[in-house]
Amino acid sequence: MKLGIQINEGPYQHQSSDSAYQFAKAALAKGHEIFRVFFYHDGVNNGTRLAVPPQDDRNITQQWTELQKEHNLDLVVCIAAAQRRGLMDEDEAKRQGKDANNIAEGFRISGLGQLIEAGIECDRLVTFGA
Amino acid sequence: MAKKFMYMNTKAPYGTIYALESLEVVLIGAAFEQDVSLAFIGDGVYQLTKGQNTEGIGMKNFSPTYTALGDYDVNKIYVEKESLEERGLSLDDLQHLTWEDEDEDWAEKDSIRLVSRSELADVIDDQDVILSF
Repeated sequence: MKLGIQINEGPYQHQSSDSAYQFAKAALAKGHEIFRVFFYHDGVNNGTRLAVPPQDDRNITQQWTELQKEHNLDLVVCIAAAQRRGLMDEDEAKRQGKDANNIAEGFRISGLGQLIEAGIECDRLVTFGA
Repeated sequence: MAKKFMYMNTKAPYGTIYALESLEVVLIGAAFEQDVSLAFIGDGVYQLTKGQNTEGIGMKNFSPTYTALGDYDVNKIYVEKESLEERGLSLDDLQHLTWEDEDEDWAEKDSIRLVSRSELADVIDDQDVILSF
């Protein structure tokens, strides 16, 4: 089955990113295809590389980055939600005149159309959070 | 072939950002020419109330945007009757949302469809994609 995943909550405060990660891993292990993971609302905060969780806890962003590498996942952060919350890549930082960027490896920033496209293309769009 | 997309709005307009960011998805999604409907349940019904004034909370009042939905061909807006009643509201408390029917010489029609909880369940059952906010 072709699956789309939408994550609506930030890391640690909510379990939705953890659940989505476990779901994605299990789905891939069963041979399903993951068309795209779309991060919306506070979910965009899953894509910052500047978070430093305690050593004895999971690193949610790093988990996504590793899963992305392993399966060539399309991890998309919503640009409108990201702009509000201060998550940006190099291009966006330049465009907005900011002195830094913070997006983690394996994530990319794009528009809400990517979420709609996932709804159109996938057999199921699975939402985590909200 | 177009899919049936439903945007399910469950939260009050202010207090959290879900309602505003739901509206942003709806407006972007309108460009994709899918079969779109919106549903308002629970505190989500407050999103459509008229006379919203956000001056005291220093936030943008985005409620006028709902009246523009008809221009985006978003004209199936389901409001759950029980959710209104449970909050002491009626259709009169909501903004009058309309759209113009191209097939009937641009006749102005109501966008809001008041449905019972069980009727809405059937509508939900009929959807291909549900985005819940």
